[in-house]
Amino acid sequence: MAIEVRIPTILRTYTGGEKAVSGDGASLSALIDDLEANHPGLKDRLLDNGDLRRFVNVYVNDEDVRFIGGLDAPLSDGDEVVVLPAVAGG
Amino acid sequence: MVLTIDQATYDAIVAHAKRDHPVEACGVVAGAAGSDRAERLVEMVNAAGSPTFYEFDSTDLLQLYKQMDADDEEPVVIYHSHTATEAYPSRTDIGLAQEPGAHYVLVSTREHGNNEGPVEFRSYRIVDGEVTEEEVAVVAQLSSN
Repeated sequence: MAIEVRIPTILRTYTGGEKAVSGDGASLSALIDDLEANHPGLKDRLLDNGDLRRFVNVYVNDEDVRFIGGLDAPLSDGDEVVVLPAVAGG
Repeated sequence: MVLTIDQATYDAIVAHAKRDHPVEACGVVAGAAGSDRAERLVEMVNAAGSPTFYEFDSTDLLQLYKQMDADDEEPVVIYHSHTATEAYPSRTDIGLAQEPGAHYVLVSTREHGNNEGPVEFRSYRIVDGEVTEEEVAVVAQLSSN
């Protein structure tokens, strides 16, 4: 078992074009470290100064992680994580 | 590069921008992945509710992308309005643009607001911070494929 992570188009350069990759971790933070080991560079696109980037949305089982603990959001085998860039501007 | 858009979709985007003025309106036109056909208009809620900023609501954003994924679609057009400035990408627009394959459409309602009257309707590619304006071709209907 593992955690499936859906990768948005703009970040697929880090996953060899894959739309989804799998990773492991008991929290979002641990998962991101695990992903970084296999897909170097990804972490820096998700985090800024140790926090989730303001304009990157991460969801665990359809919940925006900002409402379930952010980087501390707990994860279990079989969870589905989706990464989506915010669509925003001025 | 050119954005080809049908008259009904064009009119609906303009109507959305006028209706939401002075708040920025935003949305997408989805189409089959790789087709460059702007087929399915989806008006989005501007979660920022602001005259100077827009952001798709995060829950709506997830639903939109899940739906597009299920239907093998992609965002062909991403549009929003400027309500006090020209229809040109702001520095913020350029910094936050994260769909290099999309046509970024800007509509300016600065002249007539909620009222009848022409608007500026322009389209751009925004890739790695570089803006390229493109022609907008409004057609009666998209050609059948």
